[in-house]
Amino acid sequence: MSLLETAAVTRRFGGQEAVHAVDISVEPGEVVGLLGANGAGKTTLIRMALGLLRPTDGTVRLFDRRPSRSTRHRLGYLPQGLGLYEDLTVWENLAFAARAFGHAVDVEALEPEIRAVRTALIRDLPLGLRRRVAFAAALAHDPELLVLDEPTSGVEPLARARLWETIRDAADRGVGVLATTHHMSEASECDRLVVLVSGRVAAAGTVRAIVGNLRTVVVDADRWEAAFSALDGAGQPVALVGRSLRVPGVPAEAVEGALRAAGVAARLSVAPATFDEAFVSIARREVA
Amino acid sequence: MSGLRFGRSPEDRVTGWGLERVTVRYGHAVALDRVSMGVGAGSVTAVVGADGAGKSTLLRTLVGAQRSVSGRVRRPAKRRIGYVSAGPGVYRDLTVDENMAFSARAYGVPRRAARERIGELLAATELTAARRRLAGQLSGGMRQKLALAMAVIHRPELLVLDEPTTGVDPVSRAELWRLMARLAADGTAIALATTYVDEAERAGSVLVLLRGRMLAAGTPASIVADVPGELYTIAGPAHDPRAWRRGPEWRLWSPGGGAPPDAELRTPDLEDALVMAQLAVELGTPGDGGTGAAA
Repeated sequence: MSLLETAAVTRRFGGQEAVHAVDISVEPGEVVGLLGANGAGKTTLIRMALGLLRPTDGTVRLFDRRPSRSTRHRLGYLPQGLGLYEDLTVWENLAFAARAFGHAVDVEALEPEIRAVRTALIRDLPLGLRRRVAFAAALAHDPELLVLDEPTSGVEPLARARLWETIRDAADRGVGVLATTHHMSEASECDRLVVLVSGRVAAAGTVRAIVGNLRTVVVDADRWEAAFSALDGAGQPVALVGRSLRVPGVPAEAVEGALRAAGVAARLSVAPATFDEAFVSIARREVA
Repeated sequence: MSGLRFGRSPEDRVTGWGLERVTVRYGHAVALDRVSMGVGAGSVTAVVGADGAGKSTLLRTLVGAQRSVSGRVRRPAKRRIGYVSAGPGVYRDLTVDENMAFSARAYGVPRRAARERIGELLAATELTAARRRLAGQLSGGMRQKLALAMAVIHRPELLVLDEPTTGVDPVSRAELWRLMARLAADGTAIALATTYVDEAERAGSVLVLLRGRMLAAGTPASIVADVPGELYTIAGPAHDPRAWRRGPEWRLWSPGGGAPPDAELRTPDLEDALVMAQLAVELGTPGDGGTGAAA
């Protein structure tokens, strides 16, 4: 049984279709990443999955039922703004979250760093620690499904790695995870990704499957400025990375031609595209 | 000991604008501790750090909006600087056109030149069709592009952007980077802040802040080359403070080299290198005499 499953779910607001015929599922123990450009329908889809918004068409099954108040306690949700009360202590926040789900806080189960600051006000804590309290609040009632909105935004790489350990530990215990993100470093932590563009699923699968055979032409020139202007002027999707240029999804001959036409000498090589490059080319193709 | 832990000291190679050993305090709290950063003409420099690491303080000091207690700041005259603070950066109740006109007046661009420049910038940012819309009704990506256009209306020599891509989707992010590359190709010196390492990898040089101090500096490749010790892939889970998880794999930092059996040596990327650098600060390296400076 899937923890979450949508079948051809559609949501219209007036004449506008925010989500169109989307199928997604989250199984126990898997981490699914949900990516999309702004306005792609991510928030609308999550609100339907949480039972906060009714679909216009199609079905949402949460724990094999219709989302309702009674399914909510089996779910943990971490909003982007963390959802903590700044003027309450760590302990009060955890107790409040636990009571909302009909549980008590288990002090022994808390991480020592969080236990050490349990009488501090949230607003007095460093941001990294606040994020860990929010994680503890979302996980304290042993949810079967976790929904995380940009779970590690604004933290340094070491703290990001530790937060993902927490998420992975939950998945290893059988919890299903649905995480929205904008960033490659988070996307590569997920087992599977769903890319939404204009309310539709534009691509799905592992990072490797989504990148597929997309290649990038890497251009190294003594004067990158001239090479950049030539390729940009020719309408090619050129990006500056350090002092190199990258042109994803364009044949090497076309890049070479544009450089030659502008009289710019450069060394070309071909490399696999990055996930970011694949995402952008998928999104542009869908919109066009 | 200098604030810099790993990488080359930027003071040695800086031409152009920047900070040298700058310290900033808010009351008794040290927000920046002897931080140096060069911002060269025609290049993009990224300041990377978590929320609260001191990125905004550094950029505000660079543009002259924040006083330092010691150190040197080299910046062009105020009218040659373009600056976008974190947050919306636009007037939400004004239209796109009105925002641009306001910016032109604020920077003293003559009316006729402004009209032409506004047309050019709106075309470059693909906002021409939206010019009569209220800025508050634009998407996050469009608002950031508008803020960038407003900040360069007077063709500044130094452009400073505080988290221009936070909350911005990858498509708009690619467009913002393309605009920045165009400006750099024309010789503009650009400094920007970001919380994301994968984004900083696009910059020509990077400064990494950890709690107000320099953790690493240089090009992404030189930071990776200078990080102490070795990196291994291990079979997890590992209960070792020097181990961490990336995706399905476990990584282990070995400060003195040498590794457990079955470990596989691997080349770190910038994200790995910064985890290793922070572990070196928090756990210490051999011959370091204990814990590091940023603790």
